[in-house]
Amino acid sequence: MSDATVDPRFRRKPPKRPLRLSWADERIRGIVWQILVVGVVGTIFYWLWSNTAHNLEVRRIATGFGFLNREAGLPIAEHVISYEPTDTYLRALTVGVLNTLKVSIVGIVLATILGTTIGIARLSKNFLVSKIASFYVEVIRDLPLLLQLLFWYTVMQGLPGPRQAFHPTEGVFLSNRGLRFPALEWEGAHTAAVVAFIAGIVLTWLYGRSARAKQMADGQPRRVWPAAIALIAGLPVVVWLAMGAPWTIEWPALRGFNFRGGANVSPEFAALLIGLVTYTAGFIAEVVRAGILAVNQGQWEAAQALGLRHGSVLRLIVLPQALRVIIPPLTSNYLSLAKNSSLAVAIGYQDIVSIANTTLNQTGQAIEGIAIIMAVYLTISLSISLFMNWYNARIALVER
Amino acid sequence: MKHVLRRSMIRTLGAALIASTMALPAVAQQQPAAPAAATLDAIRARGTLICGVNTGLAGFAQPDSQGVWRGFDADYCRAVAAALFNDPNKVRYVPTTAQNRFTALQSGEVDMLARNTTWTLSRDTSLGFDFPAINFYDGQGFMVKTSLGVRTARELDGATICVQPGTTTEQNLTDWARANRVNFTPVVIERLEELVTAFVAGRCDAYTTDVSGLASTRSAQARPADYLILPDVISKEPLGPLVRHGDQRFSDLVRWIHFGLVAAEELGITAANVQQMAANDTRPEVQRMLGRNGDLGRMLAVDNAWLVNVIRAVGNYGEVFERNLTPIGIQRGPNAVWPTAGGLQFAPPFR
Repeated sequence: MSDATVDPRFRRKPPKRPLRLSWADERIRGIVWQILVVGVVGTIFYWLWSNTAHNLEVRRIATGFGFLNREAGLPIAEHVISYEPTDTYLRALTVGVLNTLKVSIVGIVLATILGTTIGIARLSKNFLVSKIASFYVEVIRDLPLLLQLLFWYTVMQGLPGPRQAFHPTEGVFLSNRGLRFPALEWEGAHTAAVVAFIAGIVLTWLYGRSARAKQMADGQPRRVWPAAIALIAGLPVVVWLAMGAPWTIEWPALRGFNFRGGANVSPEFAALLIGLVTYTAGFIAEVVRAGILAVNQGQWEAAQALGLRHGSVLRLIVLPQALRVIIPPLTSNYLSLAKNSSLAVAIGYQDIVSIANTTLNQTGQAIEGIAIIMAVYLTISLSISLFMNWYNARIALVER
Repeated sequence: MKHVLRRSMIRTLGAALIASTMALPAVAQQQPAAPAAATLDAIRARGTLICGVNTGLAGFAQPDSQGVWRGFDADYCRAVAAALFNDPNKVRYVPTTAQNRFTALQSGEVDMLARNTTWTLSRDTSLGFDFPAINFYDGQGFMVKTSLGVRTARELDGATICVQPGTTTEQNLTDWARANRVNFTPVVIERLEELVTAFVAGRCDAYTTDVSGLASTRSAQARPADYLILPDVISKEPLGPLVRHGDQRFSDLVRWIHFGLVAAEELGITAANVQQMAANDTRPEVQRMLGRNGDLGRMLAVDNAWLVNVIRAVGNYGEVFERNLTPIGIQRGPNAVWPTAGGLQFAPPFR
């Protein structure tokens, strides 16, 4: 609300009264209580800290973060960045953080898509579709996530061994070692092409913005799509061609016990991802359904009166308004997905909790290890929270 | 399954709140005396020994059909309880995983661990523990399915290997793989049962842990012949009970209970004949051990008939071994008694 709408009588400052050093003075009471609370909290923290330090010393338990530079010696199956057991604990923990981020980010994207689809399906006029969606939501939400993860992991283990792997098409193998598929041999040119692709998206967005500004000025609509294709598709191809157009496909093949070459999705990652996505999607579906139902029926009727089709009404009128209701609860679902990924320990996906647990077990630095886990989750959660709050503020109703 | 969640929550909470749990004893005694020194008194005051054991490893520690913990490690808990209370049943068993066992002992959740734990320098020093004795000389090996056609560990190049995280096993494996230029993909699952399930389901080509653990797992399978323990032993694994550093009286007691069991086998004292020997045997060392002469028990701050109580409850070292480990196919090997059988189990003099 702008200042203009405030009643001028309320804008007058209250009369100043001198501070009296008496318990009867409300402000003095307030200050005393605050000092007391801060003092008590501070004392409790000091007491916890000094006793811990004292007991650790008495028990000759080493403290500090010096262990981070020691050689880890622990094997990690999946790593986004290169990793050898000869690397340091710091590197191992970084790999763990990246594994957590990997499953969280992919999980959030997929859970949003699946959840939105199911939420909309539950509102469908088609009896079968809406009942299937309700059944899904009720079943998934009522089973503990850990149970679901163990279920999916057991399903993965039920797949045949590598020598009897499912082989649906050339180069694709599905076995209890995971899903193997051909992959591009990654080179510098490919990285450059990806960078060009991202740059293309940014440039297209900037171009679209200026085109809209010009249209606002002179009323002439301008075509954006030819430039968009050129920037998003053309730029990466040009960069890739300029760098020698490398194109080697690595085909997986059974050698010895396992498949070598190509890319692999491990059963642990797949089980965790499927479990997290299907579970969180159940909650997101309800959030989406609630958001859509929160939009006044009159909005639907008004849009239909304008002659818009059902899909267009949903996309242009209802969803943008529903988003305002959806975003805050969606944020907490994203947060719980990221935190639930720590259940990976149970099925052997090496996330930050798994690696930090092993680290604190090998080094005995329990307090430091737990502090690292807490700091990582706090950072991830706060980042999600900040981003979603920013997005929420952006789509909020702008009052003019 | 709920257990996994609960236990991992408890572990995280336990470690996070280590500050507060550790803080309590220090407040109770304002003196900066070692808080661990009170272990023996705390056990006596409580009336039970709290013993950290494996979550379930046949032959070492596993509840039987009646819910009674059985096994080599469980018998060591019983022996300590028998020495303290003359009652081997005054033990509360706390199952611990490879990862939470140390936090449990450090925080005082358990009095001692008897849990297939390897004695290493860093555990003895920076983790704040003492290893009173080695009660089982072991080494790390590999187990594969017979159908895999592998006969030695060197052939495992490219294999997927199941291993428990947070163990010396895990580190030995990476050391060995590096030294022998063997590439492998690890599968690490904390709970032993789930790790073994993954191995049996074929998720891994090989499963590695101490040879005794492999024998135990193999014996528990429906068709043990389908599994082969490879001949290679890639490490030394001296296993034994461990206690918190700083309570010498308690660690002395645990140490001499082990030596008492070994000496009893050497001298032919068994659960069946211990009382008769305590009364009639004329050998001076036997008289000292069994409390008829001298006051060795009082030096350990327990009843002078402590060893009689221990041996009556669990038998001598050989009897403990044969009751628990022989049935799962583990040979005496280095764990025979010296000098009578030429093994490594050696008891210093009782005098």
